[in-house]
Amino acid sequence: MATPVRPTEKAGSAPRSGREPGRWAGLAARLRPRATFARHALLALVALVVVVLLLELTGPFRNSQFATMSYYAIAAAGLTVLTGLNGQISLGHGALMAVGAYTAGLLLPAGIPLLVVLVIAAGVTAVVGVIVGAAASRLKGPYLAGATLAFAVAVPGLAIHFDEALGGEQGLAVPSPRAPEWFADAVYFLSANETSSAKYLAYVGWTVAIVAFLLLANLAASRIGRIWRAVRDDEVAAELAGIRLSPVRVLAFTVSAACAGLAGGVLGVVVRLAAPTGFTIVLSISLLTAVVLGGLGSLFGAVLGSALLVFLPPAVTNLGASAGLSDVQSAQLAPFVYGAVLILVILLAPGGVVGTVRARWHARTTAPAEAPEERTGRS
Amino acid sequence: MLQFVNTLLTGLGQGAVYAAFALALVLIWRATRVVNFAQGAMAAFTTYLALLVVESTGSWWVGLLVALACGLVLGAGVERVVVRRVGPHNELGAVIVTLGLFVALQALASILFGAQFRSFPAPAGLEGFSVGGVTVALTPSMLITIGAVAVVLLGLVALFRFTDVGLRMRASAFDGEVARLLGVPVGRMLTLGWALAALVGSLAGVLIASGSLVWPAYMDTVIVNGFVAAVLGGLDSPGGAVVGGLAMGVILALVTGYVGADLVPLAALAVLVAVLLVRPQGLFARTAARRV
Repeated sequence: MATPVRPTEKAGSAPRSGREPGRWAGLAARLRPRATFARHALLALVALVVVVLLLELTGPFRNSQFATMSYYAIAAAGLTVLTGLNGQISLGHGALMAVGAYTAGLLLPAGIPLLVVLVIAAGVTAVVGVIVGAAASRLKGPYLAGATLAFAVAVPGLAIHFDEALGGEQGLAVPSPRAPEWFADAVYFLSANETSSAKYLAYVGWTVAIVAFLLLANLAASRIGRIWRAVRDDEVAAELAGIRLSPVRVLAFTVSAACAGLAGGVLGVVVRLAAPTGFTIVLSISLLTAVVLGGLGSLFGAVLGSALLVFLPPAVTNLGASAGLSDVQSAQLAPFVYGAVLILVILLAPGGVVGTVRARWHARTTAPAEAPEERTGRS
Repeated sequence: MLQFVNTLLTGLGQGAVYAAFALALVLIWRATRVVNFAQGAMAAFTTYLALLVVESTGSWWVGLLVALACGLVLGAGVERVVVRRVGPHNELGAVIVTLGLFVALQALASILFGAQFRSFPAPAGLEGFSVGGVTVALTPSMLITIGAVAVVLLGLVALFRFTDVGLRMRASAFDGEVARLLGVPVGRMLTLGWALAALVGSLAGVLIASGSLVWPAYMDTVIVNGFVAAVLGGLDSPGGAVVGGLAMGVILALVTGYVGADLVPLAALAVLVAVLLVRPQGLFARTAARRV
């Protein structure tokens, strides 16, 4: 999966590799679409194929894990754009996901189609994001972290206070939509597999995720993405270049919040419940772990990080159980690892996985070369 | 009227704890320009150690001493092993590292001490004094809480005002380069600052736990309220932190008493947003320097 996504990550370096083309690099450059959108669309198509293969080749348990991974990936993508490209940290994304999940839980029983509900969930959360982002746009670093932390702690209280509408401590049951007939037929035609509910939700989640990633990748490569990066790198220089900081920050926060809301909506239908205990501060920090580990600002890194959030907890819980810890104790091993990962990544490899690999790659490709063909041929 | 007075008194008692916690945040902010989001988890950890000691010795005061000593060591260790390696001018990195410490320490506390609720004994009675035949919500334990915070505040003022070590610490926080040129061991001063802050944080942890329940996440709301209190007073001002803490205690007690306990975090958020929008440097900050 690493190779197809690479071109997005290295979009900026395309002219350089075109200047001294090896045989293979030349071929690859000729086959690669010139337009950014075409390149991203091609990648989205490849990702879709990968998703179909993964979901059809694995069983129901893995399917439900992939469904979980899809909403983590959407939320992490939104956060990585906000923190990595615009330099704003947010500990409130867990709470924003709660907004999306509760919106889905309130609208789905009314018989509104799932996709419409997800779009509305994203929209409602985006409105919340405008408000939070407007307050956040004046804040930096620790102040911003503290304010979004206060937001994250406050939102679950709302669900408990308005318990008649929002279900209080028990939460709000979210009806899980069934797969439509044509969809089950299509899957059966493709792989002769039955469509379980988990598989349908995983397909929905990943389709939404791929669309969200496509939009985010285009946005990041556009003028808006460049402005976000300019504000992140040097506020004063950006202001001198005629950029007004506050609207830019609010826009970044809104886009990011919309992603969190979309993720929350998917979470609602996958988990079938929106409850205050599901949106603790630990959720926000685990999203942060995902994007920091994957590499701040990298969409592919967000996918890697969300894989960690899904596949690590069962692994360490088993490890803990076999080391003689009780269930409750081993369940806490996952957050412990998240915290340790956050610290270690910042101290040892601040670029995360993608950043570190990319730095190594650049160091190799820009080193004085004796045999450029051989090196590029390996790519 | 009586209910109002009692709410106010409860608020002041809680506020004293927020003040101590805000003070811990301010100490670290002044020394290293880091907001220590792990403060709550560190305090919860030392409170658990204190609980073990209290349960085995039966003495609340020995438990407090153990918590303070452990806080001192933990703070110094965290600064030396983790925070120092983040490097200066890495605001985002420092925030992320303290958040990592927060989650890791909280999880470690549940692994080591269990995730269930445990009751922490109070230092003295929890019965309110009676004034003219009416029982008010002022208890001997509350007096100890307020007294302890006052002693710590005066101790810190004395340390920073009247001692050489305090002067060196202020110099290192003000300008590390210059202080180093003048022969101040800046690194050691920063470690000392973190150790002292963690000590004050541990005090807050034990005080808020006393006569109430302890569980690994019991400091979560205190982190938020302490942070809001510190920002309210101005992150640079220890006196402001105390006033901010008391104010937060009273505001939140009023919200609890007259609106609903579930909305307390929302009230804290509202106060924070209001302060940041109207007077971001805090009520007591002297300078409003913009750091580019």
